[in-house]
Amino acid sequence: MIRLGSAATIGLMALSRIAQLVAVILVIATFNFVLVQAAPGDPAQVMAGQSGASDPKLLEDLRREYGLDKPYAVQLASYLGRVVRLDLGYSYRQRRPVVDLILERLPATLLLTVTAFCLALLIGTTLGALAGLAAGSVLDTVFTVLSLVLYATPVFWLGLMLVLVFSVTLGWLPPFGYETINVKLAPLEHALDIAKHMIMPVTSLAAIYLAIYARLMRSSIIEVAQQDFIKTARAKGLSGPSIVVGHMLRNALVPVVTVAGMQAGALVGGAVVIETVFAWPGLGRLTFDALLQRDYPVLLGIFLILSIVVIVLNLLTDLIYRLIDPRMTTGAA
Amino acid sequence: MNRREFTQAMLAAGAAIPFSITRAVGQTRGGTLNTIIQPEPPLLVTAFNQQQPTLTLGGKIYESLLKYGADLKPMPGMAQSWEISPDGLTYTFKLFPNITFHDGKPMTSEDVVFSCMKVLTETHPRARQNFARVASAEAPDPLTVVFKLKQPFAPFLGCFDCTSAPIVPKHIYEGTDYRKNPLNDKAIGTGPFKLKEWVRGSHVHLVRHDGYYLKDQPYLDEIIYRIIPDSASRALALENGTVQLAQWTDVEFFDVQRFKAQKNLEVTTKGYEYFAPHQWLEMNNRIAPMNDKRFRQAVMHLIDRDALAKRVYFGSAKVATGPISSKTKFYDGKVKRYDYSIDKAKALLDEMGLKPDANGKRAEIKYIVPPYGESYQRAGEFFRQSFARVGIDLVLVGTDMAGWAEKVGNWDYEMTQNLLYQLGDPALGVSRTYVSSNIKKGILFSNTEGYSNPEVDRLFDEAAVTLDEAKRLELYSKVQQILVEDVPVAWTLELEYPIIYDKAFKNIVSTGIGSHETFGSVYKS
Repeated sequence: MIRLGSAATIGLMALSRIAQLVAVILVIATFNFVLVQAAPGDPAQVMAGQSGASDPKLLEDLRREYGLDKPYAVQLASYLGRVVRLDLGYSYRQRRPVVDLILERLPATLLLTVTAFCLALLIGTTLGALAGLAAGSVLDTVFTVLSLVLYATPVFWLGLMLVLVFSVTLGWLPPFGYETINVKLAPLEHALDIAKHMIMPVTSLAAIYLAIYARLMRSSIIEVAQQDFIKTARAKGLSGPSIVVGHMLRNALVPVVTVAGMQAGALVGGAVVIETVFAWPGLGRLTFDALLQRDYPVLLGIFLILSIVVIVLNLLTDLIYRLIDPRMTTGAA
Repeated sequence: MNRREFTQAMLAAGAAIPFSITRAVGQTRGGTLNTIIQPEPPLLVTAFNQQQPTLTLGGKIYESLLKYGADLKPMPGMAQSWEISPDGLTYTFKLFPNITFHDGKPMTSEDVVFSCMKVLTETHPRARQNFARVASAEAPDPLTVVFKLKQPFAPFLGCFDCTSAPIVPKHIYEGTDYRKNPLNDKAIGTGPFKLKEWVRGSHVHLVRHDGYYLKDQPYLDEIIYRIIPDSASRALALENGTVQLAQWTDVEFFDVQRFKAQKNLEVTTKGYEYFAPHQWLEMNNRIAPMNDKRFRQAVMHLIDRDALAKRVYFGSAKVATGPISSKTKFYDGKVKRYDYSIDKAKALLDEMGLKPDANGKRAEIKYIVPPYGESYQRAGEFFRQSFARVGIDLVLVGTDMAGWAEKVGNWDYEMTQNLLYQLGDPALGVSRTYVSSNIKKGILFSNTEGYSNPEVDRLFDEAAVTLDEAKRLELYSKVQQILVEDVPVAWTLELEYPIIYDKAFKNIVSTGIGSHETFGSVYKS
């Protein structure tokens, strides 16, 4: 009964969140629109200016073509109308539907960021837990220093150093790109080729998150280890491993899940530096280019997708909380 | 063998050497050239987008009637010959036979007339201005094009490079919305290379156009343009041989020196003669103190431009003496020179009444740093230090491309740096910055500084329609003298962008338009 009750509560919560989602998305879409329009810069002027020559006719043509000559309110209404119809519009600069542009780039970004995220979470929490359990030992000191160094290392610098060592000096890994261009490979070879291209960008991207999770997990484990229920478990005569796995890890994971949930959304759009250094054809670079060009439809489309991803991840985070810590299901937490 | 016979034998051997070398390193078929494109072009049709990356890449796909040598003289492009009537009003071009588009359809004079008079006048700002001078364009037979001008226009023959007048297929574009034509993605031109694949964010793959009209060309099988957004990564790619060619701003100026030391690479600054990039410190002439000629003259004195060329551009630049580049036509080297002199600058500022206050400060000026790479930021720092020496506080303001374009285009700035291409003739690339008729708010790369002088307007106008080269030289000399005296902008440097390439590739630079060339004659030895 208790389990059924928990499941029903989780289900109700999920439904309520999904209902909120639609309203939130519309508010976010409006906010994004206002924010993007508030930035100085006229997309028509950027497009015309980059040609090294410009004239009134070109500017007028571009503004008319993309509806930039209409009042903001009309543009906003038109945009929200398209969002409701799941139409993200048409790129000023690339002259292609925004959905196509995003879908084209999303797989590469997901491959990069999800891999980096999973590795960082797995290795980071493991190292953090080991360091926390052995607090004050040599192992703890080594892990702590290592995570501090990784945390302090600029991502772009780490990326470039990896290229310098493993590509330029040793010649082991391809310096950039998603795959080897202009060769025909069997599916397995192709997968291995992509994996080889992923090693350095994933390492660079994972490093800082790994450090964050390791440090967070370490302090969380140390804190949980001093809680009364751990002392009780020990007093009851439970074995060390069962205390660690059954009691300490589950409780210590709560702050890590919170931070990981927040960062997972940022990871999708936040890989711009790594994507730039490694010429990785992903969403981060598309965002950056669109921002420079004031390609509003692309920016708004990406922002909207990212907003939805963040909302969904927050929802998942809430659900995971309740799986890790049943107290949260009843609202006790 | 006596001495005479020996000498004769050596001479004969010497004569044979060039021949044998030619044979040994003769144009060979095959090979792949990997190079860089950055930023990624939005599309490849040069008729609709004239950004530098589009032109570099599109130059392999689209051609025009002419090319221009390093001396800026016209060379055959798709036109094998041309004639100009004595009155300078009629230009007749004869096309090469058997030119085909990448879809196999023939390219004829009808396509040329359609491209120049219909498409480009609609979509290409520079071409619009050039072809507005044409009274009529005719295609009397498939290989002949005749342009009749409304009045003589001296540089008309300079309007037919692949960046200014690319020829597009009439059978694809006629009756359509040119910019939205679905076949724009296919980029169908007549060039030696055609588009095989464009993986957005990754690379653009060009392969040889087998139906190309010039015998045996192109020699290369394919060209791959890799999109590498980070300048350090681009330099590494060139260093480790992943790419074999870098051009324009692919490599930062401070990286160029180390590539000169890399044995397999050739570094040249040739191939930019047509563009002749000319850089200046732009001052809004509408605002005090920049509205005073003496202030602008002081600016010319207070910048150590030799040091700017050496320290910021690492020698990849030459000091500019006036509005016309020494690399192009009608340059007058005898104009007034502004030497680096803080004392002269101070004297001019004192004379105009801009005297230092108790803290030694004369003025505060906002300088918008153009967002086009690290060299611009370094130049901004250099200017700030230079102005500080005379008591002017230059406040550096950062922005992005959109912000810079909006502020400069709308005259909402005090000072910035600017750069324009000279395009082979002052009537095409220089006058636009100084004539009053081109003061157009909202339009970037017009006379944004707001300088106006009726005599300068008259001289530029007259020189544009004068056919006699000696007379033009005289008119442009006069205009240079006036401009150098008035200093509407403070000319700083003639930039010398590098082209860096693997020595195994030949003919990379064969004309004055350098890497925008078709690359039909490029081969791998």
